[in-house]
Amino acid sequence: MILFVLSIISFAREGTFENQERRIDVVARRFYYSPDTIVVNRGDRVILRLISEDVQHGLYIDGYDLNVTAYPGSDGRVSFVADRTGKFTFRCSVTCGMHHPYMVGYLKVLPNKYFYISLWTVLAILAALLLRISL
Amino acid sequence: MREDRILGIIPSDWRFELTKFSYVRAFLKSRWIPFVFILLNASFLTLILYSSFRGGFSAGNYNFGVSMTWVLWWSVLMILMVPFFSRLWCSICPFPLFGEWLQRGRLITVRESPFLGLNKPWPKGLRNMWLMNGVFLSVTFLAGLFTVRPFETFLILGLMFIAATISMLVWQRRTFCLYICPVSGFQGLYSNLAIIEIRRKDPEICKNHKTKTCFSGNRDGYGCPWMITPYDIRDNTNCGLCLECFKTCPFDNMAIYLRPPGVDLLNKDMGMDEAWKAFIMLGTFFTFYESFQSPHGFLKDWFRGEPLSGYFILILVHLFLSLILLPLLHLTASYLSKVISGDRDKNLRRIFANTSIMLVPVGSAAWAAFSLGIIMPNGSYVIQVISDPFGLGWNLLGTSDIPWRPCLSGLIHPLQSLIVTIGFIFSIDTGYRISQKTFSGDSAAKGFIPLAIYNSLITMIILILITI
Repeated sequence: MILFVLSIISFAREGTFENQERRIDVVARRFYYSPDTIVVNRGDRVILRLISEDVQHGLYIDGYDLNVTAYPGSDGRVSFVADRTGKFTFRCSVTCGMHHPYMVGYLKVLPNKYFYISLWTVLAILAALLLRISL
Repeated sequence: MREDRILGIIPSDWRFELTKFSYVRAFLKSRWIPFVFILLNASFLTLILYSSFRGGFSAGNYNFGVSMTWVLWWSVLMILMVPFFSRLWCSICPFPLFGEWLQRGRLITVRESPFLGLNKPWPKGLRNMWLMNGVFLSVTFLAGLFTVRPFETFLILGLMFIAATISMLVWQRRTFCLYICPVSGFQGLYSNLAIIEIRRKDPEICKNHKTKTCFSGNRDGYGCPWMITPYDIRDNTNCGLCLECFKTCPFDNMAIYLRPPGVDLLNKDMGMDEAWKAFIMLGTFFTFYESFQSPHGFLKDWFRGEPLSGYFILILVHLFLSLILLPLLHLTASYLSKVISGDRDKNLRRIFANTSIMLVPVGSAAWAAFSLGIIMPNGSYVIQVISDPFGLGWNLLGTSDIPWRPCLSGLIHPLQSLIVTIGFIFSIDTGYRISQKTFSGDSAAKGFIPLAIYNSLITMIILILITI
């Protein structure tokens, strides 16, 4: 019951953030992004500039189906409203070398409901089990 | 007595015999099965070796060998084959084909005279998973290279083929598969989760059958190549699903059953080698997830040896995690379990080994989740390369121009956490039953508490990696 209440509180936090416009410069080089993690709140407008420092790179955001590419001297830009919460991987969409398939970063749109769901599920199972054992 | 049920739902003794249909049995008894599938896979392996050799040191995602092996095969193996269908891959694996041919002097029919080759028995001290654990760990050290570069893929697959062939000429039957192959150990351990099994039907028939042709062989088939006793299989660990016992049993007393998932875990006595296999698999998952699916660029640099000191740090951390930290955590949970249970007569070593089986469902689920993170974003590379396997500009199936496109990639993390949570539920269910078997009476429930908390912690760490 306590866990259930806590999870409700977690979800209730949704929508309590003030929406902002966030301008983020992401530098891409083989085989990582800097910053490698972008954290925004749900509803924020994100204006993302991709800057490549070596070869042509891309940035595809899982779940948002957005793609932008850049090469040295030519930045890429994409703008979107972060309307889906959770953790989304963004990954290079242009083959840039041997570790290209693993060139990834994270976009975290708060509140991260999947994290809470997963964690509370595990804790609820554990609690139910301990309760069953103790009865 | 209360009926034993998996997750409190499915009776653990529920079985459905797939071979009760005469055409299924006839199919499996044919000497062409599974040979034709092995031959098909051997053809694929030849293509993979050739294309990966041609690909050299290029970026591997557009290479047939790399994409077919590390994107398609690995994902299908870890998401579908092992968790559901036991050692199905072993039954159609092409690596032992040539060695077995040389060993038997026959491809399909049965040679009744003694085997060719030295036919030596494997040393008794090595009849366990320790060597495989070492080989597997050694292979993981190079994963940052061979999973992304064609030539390294060629080298590792070529070496596997040569090692399998040579060892089959030296040692008897499938010694390579049982004690050496790096992908055999975890398949054996995780195959205990599977929903299929090969077992005898009527124990009385086997008891009265003095010649035990399933083990010794006859004119219809070879004695069990995996050197187990098919008339008395207790778990899936070492059954390679080669189907020879279907051919050699004169009474059609072998059967393939559908069963509830994970029933073998309840009856299995884990050895220390298997316990460490479970730790190594979990430790490797953590290392691989952080190196390949997290954004830490320095780990990717380290994994490819840039700088070399970083590579060695990564390997040391990987070894420490797999061989020391996880076993220590498990030992602590086992010790607390023994103390809290009040059952002081129980042997700590046995508690440690037996309860390590709790890591099998969650470990297998973690690997399925990891593999989902490979196939969903990178599966479209496979569709591309099948139209141009050698990079010659072909467009055989009209798919070589299809642009890279991740498949439902927004669902990767939710699906990964769902799979791990399901694995956790099976781990907890298994752990509770193992605890009931390990401790007596009321002490079982008390003894389970530290193990449940420990397993929950491991699961939460995995979920934190995936979702946060």
